[in-house]
Amino acid sequence: MKITPAVLARELGLSILSGKESLEREVTRAYCCDLLSFVMGRAPADCAWVTVMGNVNAVAVAVLADCACIILAEGSALDAAAREKALAQDVAVLASEKPVFETALSVHELLCARAE
Amino acid sequence: MPQTIHFQYIVPGDDFTRAGEASSSVKKALKKIGIHPEAIRKVAIAMYEGEINMVIHAHGGVIDVDISPDEIRMVLTDHGPGIENIELAMQEGWSTAPDDVRSLGFGAGMGLPNMKKYTDDMTVESTLGQGTIVRMTVLCH
Repeated sequence: MKITPAVLARELGLSILSGKESLEREVTRAYCCDLLSFVMGRAPADCAWVTVMGNVNAVAVAVLADCACIILAEGSALDAAAREKALAQDVAVLASEKPVFETALSVHELLCARAE
Repeated sequence: MPQTIHFQYIVPGDDFTRAGEASSSVKKALKKIGIHPEAIRKVAIAMYEGEINMVIHAHGGVIDVDISPDEIRMVLTDHGPGIENIELAMQEGWSTAPDDVRSLGFGAGMGLPNMKKYTDDMTVESTLGQGTIVRMTVLCH
């Protein structure tokens, strides 16, 4: 079974802040970073991008770098403009109360478990 | 002669919420035409970095995009302050972005290096006090 943002939300207890069809897109990697230019240049396509940046530019970066979803860690908020853009562009945004590392690790572990 | 499609975008200055509109629009157009996904990703990244640079440093500018079956050419023109030392600006980590820009997640000094990394050819012409022209080409194959 493929890992999608919807599966991540269900299995890891993440809340869904945005996403329709994008919730069914395949996630193949986990990636963490908060500097948007690093993310642009280095995030692998189809990744679950774990960050604390919940602004409108983060949504644009996720679209342009082809991330499968954004996971906002540490209980970070998605601001109003970002939410509007995420809904308009159908970007899956999930939220976690846990720190960045633990969130990304749990995504990674789920991906590894499903691959076995 | 192969058909070329031309797009022109005006990038508004100092408006971070609209940065990315031009690159998103080009990305959609390239997808529709059926350009290879890797070439689309390269164009999207390089152009978005260019847009952000225009917003941060140059009060906006104009982006011209020409799409042909073989390559995508982008010309980014602004009338900002110009780049004092292009060689330094091309180095990863070199940045003159103000702190408020950094708090948004930009200003890491990766803009021009990312543009270079994701294009097959890139030239920067800049005159202090007059502006900057960045020309980038991404090959489709």
